Amino acid sequence: MAAWRDAPELPDFSLLKRLARDQLIFLLEQLPGKKDLFIDADLMSPLDRIANVTILKQHEVDKLYKVELKPIVSSSDQLCFLIRPRIQTVKWISDLVNADKVAGRFRRYKIIFTPQKFYACETVLEEQGVYGDVTTDEWNFYILPLDDDILSLELPEFFRDNFLEGDQRWVTTAGSALHLLQSVYGSFSKVYGIGRCAKMVYESWRELMEEGEQRTRQPEFAKVFLVDRDVDFVTPLCSQVVYEGLVDDLFRIKCGSVEFGPDVTSSDKSIKVMLNSQDKVFSEIRNEHFSNVFGFLSQKAKNLQTAYDKRRGMDIQQMKAFVSDELKGLKQEHRLLSLHIGASESMMKKKTKQDFQELLKTEHSLLEGFEIRECITYIEEHINRQVSMIDSLRLLCLLSITENGLLSKDYRSLKAQYLQSYGIKHLLTFANLRQLGLLEEQQAGETLTVMESKVGKLVNDKTVGKLTDAFSSLAKKSNFRALSKRLALVPKSGEEYDLRVPRDMAYVFSGAYIPLSCKLIEQVLERDGWTGLEEVTRMLNGQEFAVTEARNKTDAQRIVLVMFLGGCTFSEISALRFLGKERGCRFIVVTTAITNSARLLEALLDNHA
Amino acid sequence: VLKESKRAVNSILVDDDDEDEEDVERVSWSGEPVGSISWSVKETASSIRSGSEQSFPKIDTTPSLSKQGSGYSLSSLFKGNLHDLSPEETVRRMQKGRAFSLEKFRSLQDKLLLLDEAVAVYDGNVITAVLIFLKKSLSKEILFRELMARDVALRHYVHYLKEMGEQKLLVELLKALGRTEDMALMHYKEHLNIKDESRRRDFLKSCLSLPFSQDDATHVQDHYTLLERQIIIEASDKKAVAEIFKKFPRKASILNMPIITTLYYSCFYHYGESEGTFSSPSNIRKTFRISEKQYILTALGARAKLKSWFDVDSLFNTKNWLGYTKKRSPIGFHRVVDILHKNSAPVQVLQEYVNLIDNPDLKLGGALKYKCHDIVINTYRDLKDRQQLIVYREKLERDSPEYRKIQELLNNVQIRWKN
Repeated sequence: MAAWRDAPELPDFSLLKRLARDQLIFLLEQLPGKKDLFIDADLMSPLDRIANVTILKQHEVDKLYKVELKPIVSSSDQLCFLIRPRIQTVKWISDLVNADKVAGRFRRYKIIFTPQKFYACETVLEEQGVYGDVTTDEWNFYILPLDDDILSLELPEFFRDNFLEGDQRWVTTAGSALHLLQSVYGSFSKVYGIGRCAKMVYESWRELMEEGEQRTRQPEFAKVFLVDRDVDFVTPLCSQVVYEGLVDDLFRIKCGSVEFGPDVTSSDKSIKVMLNSQDKVFSEIRNEHFSNVFGFLSQKAKNLQTAYDKRRGMDIQQMKAFVSDELKGLKQEHRLLSLHIGASESMMKKKTKQDFQELLKTEHSLLEGFEIRECITYIEEHINRQVSMIDSLRLLCLLSITENGLLSKDYRSLKAQYLQSYGIKHLLTFANLRQLGLLEEQQAGETLTVMESKVGKLVNDKTVGKLTDAFSSLAKKSNFRALSKRLALVPKSGEEYDLRVPRDMAYVFSGAYIPLSCKLIEQVLERDGWTGLEEVTRMLNGQEFAVTEARNKTDAQRIVLVMFLGGCTFSEISALRFLGKERGCRFIVVTTAITNSARLLEALLDNHA
Repeated sequence: VLKESKRAVNSILVDDDDEDEEDVERVSWSGEPVGSISWSVKETASSIRSGSEQSFPKIDTTPSLSKQGSGYSLSSLFKGNLHDLSPEETVRRMQKGRAFSLEKFRSLQDKLLLLDEAVAVYDGNVITAVLIFLKKSLSKEILFRELMARDVALRHYVHYLKEMGEQKLLVELLKALGRTEDMALMHYKEHLNIKDESRRRDFLKSCLSLPFSQDDATHVQDHYTLLERQIIIEASDKKAVAEIFKKFPRKASILNMPIITTLYYSCFYHYGESEGTFSSPSNIRKTFRISEKQYILTALGARAKLKSWFDVDSLFNTKNWLGYTKKRSPIGFHRVVDILHKNSAPVQVLQEYVNLIDNPDLKLGGALKYKCHDIVINTYRDLKDRQQLIVYREKLERDSPEYRKIQELLNNVQIRWKN
């Protein structure tokens, strides 16, 4: 293991923004003259991060509209649509064009698909008889840098499309994103991965590599780890307790920015704040367990007061210097500090309530496999009281994954009560969760595993291995309990855990659990592959790989790119930052989107047909 | 600590507020930075509402754009070459967005080779494109049959049909595959599209004969029964004149609410009605097989909200064979106390229920939280905890009855204090 050294510098990702902006400008110039621009709702924030209205206006964009799938009011002769490649949106555009035709109105139409177009969308244009009336283009805006070490594809639908629907439309997108990083920042020497999608993404990327010309420049990062979200569902289902994760759970961070409401700003208006390493206050607390944040903020407030107090007794010259050198910074800090204190206060109000404490206790018991009956009673009451529909679902899923499915009688009774409390249409939700393996009823065969583990104590290990093999083919099981034991994910209870001086990644869950995804990454990097982890990968249903691309030992070896396919949580990012500090390396997270328990589960609801 | 630091930060004096504008992003009323794209879109939207931008459409005088661009139209130029391409080469061209032609794949074998090749390169976009071609050029029976053995392609096809809204074909496909439960759910899902409640009810009724799993069949039956009842209740309550409806006007209709919400509503507006009426709590409880625990919890919430403490009492009263009443609850009494407190029950009511909490720690905690002095004092007395009594006395008003009670206890020489 590498001795602790100064962490290496991270590459400059702002270049990616510039590339995306330049391509967009180029595409807008393909439609000369004044035009109105319609933007998909979920593209507005990403677009805001790389361009602004002035740039669009400079390229003759007249008015901007949000795509709402409703009739439009535009008097422009040229309409440009900047959209994700979705059939529904293309159908809407076709309807507009056809309505114009009926009204005898001539306009030019251009669709810019991002990050790429799909044949299914073009077929819609063809079928609706507007192919040719509408021109199409691609804006390859694959990656949005959210921070120094977070790159996002901003594709939340990746999760549902890939894992629930089994649609591989985004596989090549992820491959192209890696290819883009490689062509801008240099090639990688080692690639590790686990998961079915990870394997496909790697293959797709490799194909692109073989076609493209080989870059000889020094690589800026050399190791890549690809991981499927369904390798670890436990982590994103846990309540987040590090500051950034908690802010995301409570206020929903959108594209690196959060909107704090009146209860935080203590005024009558909401304020949008960017949350990233540029915010000096935030960058110091983002990875901290929330119980430490308040002490830190109050110390900071005292320091600030002292800095302001320096003014007293200054003469005019000193005052002038103070105003020009320090005041601006102090005020900025002052503003940020008030906001984060407001946010913490509002968090404390919600999170120190008895309810939240009990919720955490239940989560920890589930992770530990302790007092499961009590947990079930708690979940049942949670459902009966009709409190948070998503939290109830989250607890049910955690119970199911950690216990390898629910006993038949529990499953039926909890499902029935859930439907009574939150609506019978959630039948559809349960079907989705079952398909994904998130919430299952134990099959008759599976009860054997209980016996098998008992038998294991009597018979030698080899026999058990064979037994397990036989059964693992029956169903895809989470095997969480066994994995947790093998990888020591849950520290022994009863031990004191000082959250101010974390000793391992478990601190991101109050010392109760090390995120499985991050533990795997740690283990594979340490072993430089999967050797010695055979039992673990078998329990994770295999699909692991490790490939050596080239041999070049540079400082870049200490920068590791981790790609989460299907989303990554802020808790995992914090855990990786901690691991990086421990090991003297830096992690860069590439994710299809930032996720958390609510987003993950909401993606699986079927609220509308 | 937090309050303090907040005060500290807020009290820090800043010379001039105007200066903040320099280093802070300019933000519009909605909190969006001025000049940002989200902000500008909102501006357009509001100008539409005000109607200031309405003007006569201009007549387009420029010739329409030449049909440039994509692979499809170019294909005519290269027809000869493109027709000779192998499945591998064709798929490769499709992946790159180059011109291609699928017309030469006419035999079933060629079509399937093409599909398998698309699946082999993991490209979902191309898989779907080939499937669209197969959908147009094969009968659905043959296509369904071939998809049965090709799981990846099948899932793409199902997703494509879902996105295209081809409900009928999808149901046929699932039926052909023998996935009857999926088919039933898919059909049931349609009810979400029906806004009119009578039509929705009728649709749900038509779902009853679908091949759901045994459990789900019961749930769907419940769904139908629920909506049917809700429609009846809604029709009569909309014009209800009873006192309770005037005192607490309904905020929303009961249509499409979950079973428990309906039970709560019925415990709120129709408590005490005989089991014979659809709107009575007992009828709803029985029809939907609601557990005792769930029933008590819901009724408690509703009656406490109305501050009907008498009803609350009778929920828990049970008579034993000698005729004595005793309070019993399927939910912990600490939960009962929580709910009563949230509905601002008076101390006398709270006290009675705090006393019923089994767990001594929870009981003391509840008593402290809700200021049930007698219980606190008696508990400390029983624990022989003199120190805690002294501490507690200080929190009370001098010469209040509770204060005097502690005083008396402390002066009682018969008690053997532990401290």
